[in-house]
Formats: sequence, structure tokens, C-alpha cells
Amino acid sequence: MKKTMTGHKAVAEAMRQIEPDVVAVYPITPQSEIAEYYAQYVADGIVHTELVPVESEHSAMSACVGAAAAGARVMTATASQGLALLIEVLYIAAGLRLPIVMALVNRALSAPINIHCDHADAYLARDAGAIQIFAESAQEAYDYMIMAQRIAENERVRLPLIVNLDGFTLSHSVQVVEPLPDEEVKQFVGEFKPVYPLLDVENPATWGPFAMPDYYFELKRAQQAGMETVPEVFLKVQEEYAKLSGRPYKGFFEGYKLEDAERAIVIMGSTAGTAKVVVDELRKKGEKVGLLKVWLWRPFPKEEIVKALSHVAKVAVLDRALSFGNMGALYLDVTSAFVHREERPTFVNYIYGLGGRDTTTEHIEQVFAELDAARPGELRYLGLRE
Amino acid sequence: MPGKPKEKAAPEFVPARHPMEKYLRTERLPHIWCAGCGLGTALSCFLFALDELGWDLDSVAVVSGIGCAGRVAGYVRLDSYHTTHGRALPFATGLKLAKPDLHVVVFSGDGDLFAIGGNHFIHAARRNIDMTVICVNNFNYGMTGGQLGPTTPLEARCTTAPYGNFEPPFNLVYLAASAGATYVARWTTLHARRLQHAMVEALSRKGFTFVEVISPCPTNYGRRNRLGEGLDEMRYYAEHAVIRHGADPKEADIVPGKDFLIGKFVDMEKLTYLEMYRAKVAQLKGKR
Repeated sequence: MKKTMTGHKAVAEAMRQIEPDVVAVYPITPQSEIAEYYAQYVADGIVHTELVPVESEHSAMSACVGAAAAGARVMTATASQGLALLIEVLYIAAGLRLPIVMALVNRALSAPINIHCDHADAYLARDAGAIQIFAESAQEAYDYMIMAQRIAENERVRLPLIVNLDGFTLSHSVQVVEPLPDEEVKQFVGEFKPVYPLLDVENPATWGPFAMPDYYFELKRAQQAGMETVPEVFLKVQEEYAKLSGRPYKGFFEGYKLEDAERAIVIMGSTAGTAKVVVDELRKKGEKVGLLKVWLWRPFPKEEIVKALSHVAKVAVLDRALSFGNMGALYLDVTSAFVHREERPTFVNYIYGLGGRDTTTEHIEQVFAELDAARPGELRYLGLRE
Repeated sequence: MPGKPKEKAAPEFVPARHPMEKYLRTERLPHIWCAGCGLGTALSCFLFALDELGWDLDSVAVVSGIGCAGRVAGYVRLDSYHTTHGRALPFATGLKLAKPDLHVVVFSGDGDLFAIGGNHFIHAARRNIDMTVICVNNFNYGMTGGQLGPTTPLEARCTTAPYGNFEPPFNLVYLAASAGATYVARWTTLHARRLQHAMVEALSRKGFTFVEVISPCPTNYGRRNRLGEGLDEMRYYAEHAVIRHGADPKEADIVPGKDFLIGKFVDMEKLTYLEMYRAKVAQLKGKR
């Protein structure tokens, strides 16, 4: 049944249906509401989760690691500085192969302090070893929170997973969301199967001991192997979920009017919605424009993106964070995927929406309008006063 | 226009000026604090205290963390710094060690100073870094919407403890005293003059000095715990705050509905971090 709710409520609803064993959270704008909704579910006995209102995000992720190693299904949520504070432990969650699922309500990083959306927090976690998925809408955030469990917990994957949703734009705006019935979600997610749980006292295990030059390297390679398994698992889980929900999830990204496009935008998050409006308008005028909206950012689906964009003449990659001293991280991902290809589009990079700066349809129109004349490899800024 | 009755001109609205306006970045006003919040009183008391001390303002630096109280750094017309969540004390420590002549003041909230930044508090107090910490305690994370924090009293309601808190809170007076603070006082925003006096004392004392300011949060903590408007919370302080100077900090627990202690709990002198550091340097130099 369709309902209206904020992105926060949608995430909290997914969490309620999944009913993890442990949730450890710390307040931070704009994430705090997820924790508040969940605390209410716990207090009302709707879920049987242990909720730990810890004293910082570093403690939140540490509590998650402890609980996950003990053998629990674990979730948390944070944003911006909270992600920055817990990132030490996120690397550990990945290194210990703990499938902790985290909603990241994207917000700019200090300094200067800013509470509005950009993707600097997600970009900060890029190399931590977590799987990263971006949602365009509250519905997608809800859906991927549920798919996340199955992907992260797959025995060949076993990695932390971040579901990104744009702060305020998605987290606080009320949208139409169609949740699945509780039973269907419970069945889809299934029982959590811990691996070497600490609470299995019959089979004692040690987590996180030293690995010096003798073993560390191999363990990191094994972690990469886990990442390499993600695409296959992602597609399988997604296909099953698409069948269950009737929603058209197929692939690592959504191609929007991309098949015959001559000019295209590559983007992640809620601004894809704005861009689709512009694509529709320009199509009406006969312009062959399209959009590629990335869902799965880490691991990055190189081959498939190459296939989807090879025929396009001009591509603008839009990054909502800077990789200071270089181009946007998504731009680097996309262009490096083409490095050994003869046939490739010319690329331009746009940085947009930092610190919550509005990106409107006019901005997207500007990108398409400028694309033909843009110097290949140029770094441009959208909506910036210069 | 002739023949048309003259409209009576509306009286010109003249906003009242803050008596300590010279210490405020008026271009940043109006502030973001809610009606009935105690932060305005706490800040005013601090500004009056500064005025009373008559210090050269270039010798004063204010450091804040995150949260409602964190906004103070942005409102004072002083050298100020707004740190990340919990890091006001380490920043202030660095500031003091780099510029020992500076009067360093940390102005922050209970969540910032005692949850995410709690570790820094005990170590700054242990080292007896010469600075003043003003903690506005409103018993919850007000800025983010009223979540359970490290000072939330037992049974009090918060968004993340909707049927009452079961975690024992910190008694900040006891914590500061046992960690080594040389001056510890607690007042409420009702006791504005005495609060100002405590700030003057804390600022002029040597060592790690601590002033806890019990403050209403009518929008979040007060509303969820049915404490009424800011004024009602002030009445509550009038009825339940008991002034007892020199009381045992252990007895300064705050339990809703019961009397609680305010006043000056600790006022002593001991060597500061920099004095001990300099003594060590002199000792080693003497050996050579």
C-alpha cells in the first residue's frame, strides 16, 4: 500500500521490518530522526532490538563491530562528521568482514560547518572497504536498505554496506513510498547466519588479532575478493527483490533514455530526479539526451558502465563532492573505466551542489547546453559564484 | 490627500539593545536559540563577567563545540573557534599551550563536553590546564531534537528514551571535582547575578575551572517532561535549587522533582600544567 513518509521514516520502516538484533546510534543532523523512530519502535516493543544510545559515532560503530562479531545482525545510521568520526572503525568492520548495514544521510563535511547535503561523507568512506549504494528517492532508500542485508550478509561477501540518501532533500521531504508487507520483508531478508560468532562458546574464535607482513597482505586481497563477488550477488538479490516488489530494479545503475543518447549525464543521488525532468523536456524538443544514475558505486561496475556509455558522444559526470587536487571521484571512476577503450565519449566533470547549494533544472539544462563546446577533461562548477 | 482622514502612524518599533552589545557580533543576530532557552542568560552572564573583569579583549578566546551552546563562539565579538563535536577542549588546550597568556574559555553543552568529548574533559582537568569551562546543561541533545544524553536524569523522557531514561547520568559537579578541577560551581539561569559572580571567580582563578549552568530547554527537554515554559522551569529552580557552598560534590546529583544543590563546591589552588612543565624544564636545566 502506498503511503506518504519522509526518507527517514522510510529507512526506519525498513529497519523495523528487518528487525536487527542490535542498533547503535548517536544523534547528528540530519540523521537523528532515524534513531528517534527506531527508539520508539524499541520502546513500544514493536521490535526486539537492543538499542544502544552511545556517546559518539566512534562508539556507535565500535558497538556495532562488537555486536556483529558476537553474532548479531547489526545496523546503524549517521551523517557527515559522524561518518568522519567512525571511519576508523568502518575500516575495521570491513577488515573483519562484518556485514553491518548503515544508512548515511549525506551531508557536507566541516569546515566550515554546514548541515546540508553533498556527498563528501560518502566519498570519505570510498576506500574503507564498504559497499556503497546511492538512492534517488525515499522509495529507493527503503528498497536498498532491505536488499542491503542480503548483499552484505552473503557468505562470500560479508562486508559493511552503506545506503546513501541525500540529507534533507530525501531525509526530510515527504514522498510517496510503497513499503512491502512486514512478512514479505522478513522472509526476503531471512534468518541471520553468523560466521564464527564470539557467543558460540563451544567454538572459541579470536577476532582482530595482529597480522604482520606475513599475513596482512593476503587478508586485504581476500577483502578485495569479497568486493569482487558483490556484483554477482547484487544482481541476484536485486532480481529477486524486483520480482517481489514489482519495481523495475535491474542492474548496477539506471539508464534513463540512454540507448540512443548522444549527450548524457552521469550522476548519483536525488539530483538524478531533477535531471530526468530536463532529459524529458529536451527529448520533447528532439534532443538526444540521456542519463545514467549510479546505484552501486562501490564496487564500481566498470564493464557495464563502459557498455552503457560507449555509444554516447559527450558525457558530463556530475560529482557532489570534490577530490581536492584532482577531479571528482565519480568522474575518475567513469573515465578510468574507459582507459583501454578505443571507442569512448569525451568527458567533462561538473562539481555541483556543495554544502546544499541548489541544483535546479536550469543548471542541468546548462550542462547539456554547454556539453558540445566543453573542452574534454575540463573541470567545471555548477551553480557556483565566481 | 485632502478630505481623507489621516491614518494613524504605527509606533516605530525600536528593538531593545543588549546592554553588552559591544561584546556581540550583532550582525549575526537574531540568534537561533528558542524562546525560554537559558543560553541567552548564560551568555549574558558571561559578557557581564568579562565586562566586570575589564580584560583586554584581545587576551580572551572563546572555544565552543557543537550543539545549541556551540553557537556562542559565533556570537561573541572575540577571537573564537567553533570546533567539531566534542573537540572544544583539545583545541582550547592547544591554544593555551601555544599562547599561555591567553584567557581561554570553553563554552559548550553537556552532550558535547561529556559524551562525545568526555574523554577530553577528564584529561584537561587532570592536567589542570589553566582555562575556564562553562557548561550549559539542558539535560539532552537540544540541537538535534532532544535525544538522550549523558546528563539526562533517570526516568526523564527524551526522543530516544520515550518512556523514561534508565541510564544513570553524570553528576557534573562530582565529575569535575574528582577529575581535578580547581574551581567547581553550579548555578541555574535563574541565579543570574550569582552565576555572573561565579564566572568572574572561575575566569580569574588559576587552573582548570568549571561552571555548570542548569538551563531550561522548553522546546525539547521541557516539553517532553511536561516542565512547561521557560518561566515555569525558572520557578522550578526557585523551588528546588538549594544553595549550599562547600557541599560534598557527591551529593550534587540531580533527580527530577527533588531538591538539588547549587553553589560553589570547590575553590582551591594547585600547580597548573604549564607551571609543572616549566618546573620540569628548570629542574632538567639545573642538572646540566
